[in-house]
Amino acid sequence: MAYKFGEPNAVAIGCFALVVLLTFAVTFFVSRKQQQSAGSYYTGGGGITGFQNGLALAGDYMSAASFLGISCMVALKGYDGMIYAVGWLVGWPALMFLIAEPLRNLGKYSFADVVASRLKEGPIRTASAVTGLMVVISYTVAQMVGSGKLIELMFGIPYTMAEIIVGTVMLMYVIFGGMLATTWVQIIKACLLLFGVTVLTILALAKFGFNPMTLYGAVETQFGVEMLNPGGLIKGPIEALSLGLALMLGLLGLPHILMRFFTVPDAKEARKSVVYATSFIGYFYLIIPIVGFAAVALMGKNAITAVGSGGNMAAPMLAQLVGGTPFLGFISAVAFATILAVVAGLALAASAAIANDLYISTFRKGQADENEKLKAARVATMIYGVVAVGLGILFQGQNVAFLVALAFSIAASSNFPALFLSIVWKRLSTTGAVMGILFGGISAMVLIILSPTVWVTLLGNEAAIFPYKFPTIISLPLAFFGSWLGSVMVPDLEAQEKFEKQKIRTYLGVGVDEASDH
Amino acid sequence: MEEVLNSERFKNLIKRRWRFSYSMLAVLFFVYYGYVFTISLNKEFVAQRVGSHATVGIVMFLGVIFSAWLLTIIYVVWANKVYDKEVEEIKKML
Repeated sequence: MAYKFGEPNAVAIGCFALVVLLTFAVTFFVSRKQQQSAGSYYTGGGGITGFQNGLALAGDYMSAASFLGISCMVALKGYDGMIYAVGWLVGWPALMFLIAEPLRNLGKYSFADVVASRLKEGPIRTASAVTGLMVVISYTVAQMVGSGKLIELMFGIPYTMAEIIVGTVMLMYVIFGGMLATTWVQIIKACLLLFGVTVLTILALAKFGFNPMTLYGAVETQFGVEMLNPGGLIKGPIEALSLGLALMLGLLGLPHILMRFFTVPDAKEARKSVVYATSFIGYFYLIIPIVGFAAVALMGKNAITAVGSGGNMAAPMLAQLVGGTPFLGFISAVAFATILAVVAGLALAASAAIANDLYISTFRKGQADENEKLKAARVATMIYGVVAVGLGILFQGQNVAFLVALAFSIAASSNFPALFLSIVWKRLSTTGAVMGILFGGISAMVLIILSPTVWVTLLGNEAAIFPYKFPTIISLPLAFFGSWLGSVMVPDLEAQEKFEKQKIRTYLGVGVDEASDH
Repeated sequence: MEEVLNSERFKNLIKRRWRFSYSMLAVLFFVYYGYVFTISLNKEFVAQRVGSHATVGIVMFLGVIFSAWLLTIIYVVWANKVYDKEVEEIKKML
């Protein structure tokens, strides 16, 4: 008997329980010998290799939204989903070329360390922690609201309950195991997700004689050639430019992704981890469209939209069709693990911003012993967990799609320029960095509110005041302008001198902070 | 340390590092924006057939993903073979 979405699913719950048990066991096993310090809480103690970090980065980045969302977008809109998928990948090479190595060499716990390394700590850490937190919170709410709905559909667990389970399990990983446990959760999740999607793709392609051409043919015969051609996603070159800048450079400003670079011992491993991450993520986005096309060819658009959640169930429905209820259970469990791993990574980034950047470094001026630092990190994680669950419940049923756009836009227009300029531009001063962060962050926020996604879709106005979905085309140049203006108005000679001295560390890796506090 | 900082060799290393990074970034921008601009400006071209049912658009999709991956590989090979060697040499001067 076929499983109906929205009812309790014993196989899915069983599979999920197994995954949670496995990750708890690994968490316990790896963190047993770990030293208890704020350093290892944020960085995992320094024993993580480039390959492991590559997998964990992939686990951090491949969210349930991209797995279920992009396969659904391909299923319903065809080729447009593929254009979107490409955008999520192209930030990775840019991350490698521009910041991976200097970031590892200059930072310790968070990207704010890099910006603050030669500027005045107080204002810089406060500004980058605030924009960093805004990115993390927007991203979290999008994840939590999406996940509550998904878990409701796949496991038959009520929404509020689903939110509380996500929050509690995530907090158990992070509070007890810190970065090391989170890394392993992300590694396990990345393996499960890549395995699950591969099996799903193979089973789906088997229905088309293992020939993608037959699959495209089936899609075309049923739904017309429009499915294989670009539709309305890219409206014009400026829209395309703005979308590309946000997705590409937004990655370079996501605090939870940047934080992962402090888990590896040196710049060489940091570099390696980007190659592995790009390979896994590239492979993932390469096969996801096949899942979407197969879903629509085998089940039709109406069946997919009928299940609800905007058609997001395309991939799980396909899993049931080609592999039966047990395989659906497995895929559902993988999607749940995916949500947990992403939220755990976000929790660590939030705790580094709240506890280290704001509380210890700014409020306490660094005057705290190791115990206090660790305690602050755990308390901050706890606060984040409660806020995440609370916001998740509060925003139930809301259209939160714009929040991902908001997260990437702020990341691209405030975190990225500050980080990048602090690495390459000698004359950047404290005033300049703070002005850049403010100009970029505030303009990104205002323009998102005036954009079609919020102004028209959410607030119900006739026409959008700002015509593009992503504000980066305006907000990114504004951030650079603000940084320049501030640096010219209030130059900082001491920072310029430090910039020269720092080059030994930036380029040769001499005197970098260990990933652990031995 | 001052000696290394002021040496031509170190200054050259930094220059070469960024020249290489920015060239790679330029290639990435060319590939990605070439793709999305072609889509937004020339839909007929993208809709052309390749084989029985695939389109130019699908081939371009595969090409962009493959190129992005290849660029990271090229960067790492360069960094391991050229950059790191020079770093080791300069470190000896410290």
